[in-house]
Amino acid sequence: MFVIQYFIPHYPFNRMSHWFSDWFAIILACAIVLGALNLMKISIQKVIKKKPGWGYAVVIIVSFLLITVIGLSEGEAFREPGTWFDWLYVYVYTPCSSTMFAILGFFVASASYRAFRARNFEATLLLLAAFFVMIGRVPVGDIISGFMPEGVRLSNLASWIMTFPQTAGQRAIMIGIALGIVSTSLRVILGIERAHLAGE
Amino acid sequence: MSTKAKEILVLALIFAFSLIFYIGKVLGWEAVRFSTTVSLIVILLVALSLLWILILTIRGRLVERRIVFLYVGIAVALPLFMTLSQRIAISPEVEAVYNTLEGLPEGSKVLVSFDYDPPSAPELQPMAEAFLYYCFEHDLKVIMMGLWPQGPMQANLAIEKVLSDEKIKSKNLKYGEDYVNLGFQAGYEFVIQRMGSDFRSMFPTDYRGTPYEQIPLVKNVKNFSNIDYCFNLSSGFPGTREWVQIAVDRFGVTLGAGNTAVQAPQMYPFMRAGQLVGLLGGMVGAAEFEFLTKWIGKGTKFMISQSFAHVIVIAFIIIGNVAFFRSKRKTGLKR
Repeated sequence: MFVIQYFIPHYPFNRMSHWFSDWFAIILACAIVLGALNLMKISIQKVIKKKPGWGYAVVIIVSFLLITVIGLSEGEAFREPGTWFDWLYVYVYTPCSSTMFAILGFFVASASYRAFRARNFEATLLLLAAFFVMIGRVPVGDIISGFMPEGVRLSNLASWIMTFPQTAGQRAIMIGIALGIVSTSLRVILGIERAHLAGE
Repeated sequence: MSTKAKEILVLALIFAFSLIFYIGKVLGWEAVRFSTTVSLIVILLVALSLLWILILTIRGRLVERRIVFLYVGIAVALPLFMTLSQRIAISPEVEAVYNTLEGLPEGSKVLVSFDYDPPSAPELQPMAEAFLYYCFEHDLKVIMMGLWPQGPMQANLAIEKVLSDEKIKSKNLKYGEDYVNLGFQAGYEFVIQRMGSDFRSMFPTDYRGTPYEQIPLVKNVKNFSNIDYCFNLSSGFPGTREWVQIAVDRFGVTLGAGNTAVQAPQMYPFMRAGQLVGLLGGMVGAAEFEFLTKWIGKGTKFMISQSFAHVIVIAFIIIGNVAFFRSKRKTGLKR
């Protein structure tokens, strides 16, 4: 349907993408509600059956109810600065979710220490690229290489790696994925690929 | 001490620190600052301890994972108290965003999409603040929206911060006339596609519930053809890729973007192809943009932490490789 509208720019085909976009937005909005209710159902069941980690489910239920009740009680201006909802967002939700994400930094450092080894030629290339980009992308890179000519300073080297070898790699990945999507789509449309219909 | 007791102790310490910081913020305590000499001494001590770890590794004693965690913690936390300044070099991608903004005449309409949530805020919020500061300083009209539910809240936080600046405050900007927050709309890239023909169909009201046609700033904005510049702040899906694929390729929008450091490398092909006019990548991109716009925010302040953390990670990669080659040599000798 989305393809047809490009070839027949007349009613009703020219409106089809709009209708489908609207329906998609409506279905997605409903899916958010369904997802939230499903989370509640699973959490409540976990608490009732006292499954392992049920204490965390209690936290989910309490947090969900608290933020929903506060949001609903404050009316349409619930996101305005100074509301209880805003306070919870700024001082509870933001630090908690930021903390979860920040923990990744520690694991990345630990994983780099244990796994980033010059085992072979390819690994050494990756290691060198990572080294130059990591040091060249922060100001300390230019402090270290400040005595060198402008063009070969670490920041320029990092910029060169990002702009040329890295972009070339990204392009190869993108083109590969796109070709894969086209071929899989054609197989599905032509009925060659039936796995999604539980066929062979 | 049992593991459970240790966990409770750590949680209690975190709670106590959080409480102290919150009380300090409310009471307006002055931040602790190290002088330049103390900062340099601290850096020297950390460097010496790393050298000691390297010597231990050469002697065959490997450091534990927890030591790496401790050093990363130190690398991120200690520089926040330091008073060192660093020269920030401007990359061509960041300069391109700034130059495009410079080319916009007063009163141009700029659409900013906040497609991220609090975990990515340390990198993207400084970009948002610097971008809004520039727009308000140069009398550009800002229309904000979000494809992520938390996006409009992040927009509010950025607006609140920028409007508290004396220079911007003196402009007496009005909501609905100089800037507007259209809120969140579910539908991922279909929202962008629908905006290409009709903004109002996706945003019948702003986030406060004001009908679209009653908002002076947007009542004459039908679709992307009425927008002079788009800026996307993104940390995943839906984000810059979707904006490029639909808004740029299909509707010819001029788009700039601010991405997390993890996502930014994926956007370079779009930059090179001219589909993306400028890119702010990670906190470094934020710091560079802050330098250009003269809005010195958290991007610049956290740059020392970023530098320090990168150096620590590189140091541990070197130590790890020393350990690897040492064990390889030992195995070779045994054979």
